Amino acid sequence: MRIDRSVTIDAPRSRVWDYVTDPENYTEFMEGLTRWDVEGKPARGLGARYRVLIRVGSTDVGGLIEVVEWSPEGDMAWSSVTGVDQRGRWRLREDSQGYTRVSFRFAYGVAGGGITGLLAERVASIPLGRRFRRSLENMKAALEDPGS
Amino acid sequence: MEATAGTRSLIRRVARPLAGALRGRLTADLDDRDPDYIRENLPFAWLLSTLWFRGEVRDMDRIPEGGPVLLVGNHSGGNLTPDTTVFTLAFYTFFGVERRFHQLAHNLVLTSPIGPLLRRYGTVAASHDNARKALEAGAAVLVYPGGDWEVHRPSWKSGTVDFAGRKGFVRLAVEAGVPIVPVVSIGGQETALFLSHGQRLARALRLDRMFRLKVLPISLSLPWVVNVGDFMGHVPLPAKITIQVLEPIDLKDRYGRDPDPDEVYDDLTTSMQATLDELSAERRLPVIG
Repeated sequence: MRIDRSVTIDAPRSRVWDYVTDPENYTEFMEGLTRWDVEGKPARGLGARYRVLIRVGSTDVGGLIEVVEWSPEGDMAWSSVTGVDQRGRWRLREDSQGYTRVSFRFAYGVAGGGITGLLAERVASIPLGRRFRRSLENMKAALEDPGS
Repeated sequence: MEATAGTRSLIRRVARPLAGALRGRLTADLDDRDPDYIRENLPFAWLLSTLWFRGEVRDMDRIPEGGPVLLVGNHSGGNLTPDTTVFTLAFYTFFGVERRFHQLAHNLVLTSPIGPLLRRYGTVAASHDNARKALEAGAAVLVYPGGDWEVHRPSWKSGTVDFAGRKGFVRLAVEAGVPIVPVVSIGGQETALFLSHGQRLARALRLDRMFRLKVLPISLSLPWVVNVGDFMGHVPLPAKITIQVLEPIDLKDRYGRDPDPDEVYDDLTTSMQATLDELSAERRLPVIG
């Protein structure tokens, strides 16, 4: 299952990049996230690891993730090491008017989960999609109006 | 008189070989736990926990991040306790299926048709040796001291922590040198209408000697309507299950080098009861929560 959400932010790409790659910000802007803790070194960049948990339905779901792609001011992608299988990606692009287009992709699933796996993915995508949309709105507000 | 003797004889003829066969299925191989199987079945447990029981597990982060720990809980809801389903799912989604976790269950549960599936989830027969082995292997172990007595208590006692005076878990934690984390749950006893422990009936049929069964519970539940023994389980009503994890207790820190089991038991059950009272006060309606 893959969820895509995007937003356009009136801020330079470098500033948006600094924001989305700073682990300190995640529990601030990501709705439903209960943990985004740095595990070991580096704290940022390729190979950085985070212990991540997000509230989905009756439980906190997550695990250890590792940054597997790092193109400054462009793409940051991660993949799960332990816990529920997941991949995530931030994709930043500058549009023709100088704004930053932010895309967030989140894919998850349970290999071998069968029909109940597919059903659970569908059911979970409803609150997750809503939360990711609100998270991007939070990010936009934080970057465009830091005083709010 | 003759009829009674005949009935007893029949029970002996049928039950003894059955008890022997069941005992043979109770070897506790910790390696029966299968992380891949657990991972593949998390979606089903998640759907059940989220949509049917509207499960809510609070403060999982109070459980130490690693190492052996004894999770001591109250539980409810008959032989197939929904609290265990909700908590086990929460544990595995929080820490990952990679963390070793075992749940102690009554022999009868493990010998039921779903026993082999539960073993793959990490469930082992409730015994001091099994628990000790699991803790020595570095596992988190979930124990319900109240056992069959507690899960079959009448529904009107659902707001009571009832360990029936069983204190073996204290000795276990002291011997293994592991912290205790209390886990308090509510809602399971609303999945059916539990009427009686059926203690006298169990004694009369000698179930205690043959199956370690001190009760032969009677309840009103689906699909059986009148359910005696709950041997085949039942379809639980969709009662809201709420679980609260309390702060870990380091027994040696709190009670010294040689803790008094009675004192630990009293303190623990008192604090768990206080939490259960708080959870009860939050509930407005049975089943609805």
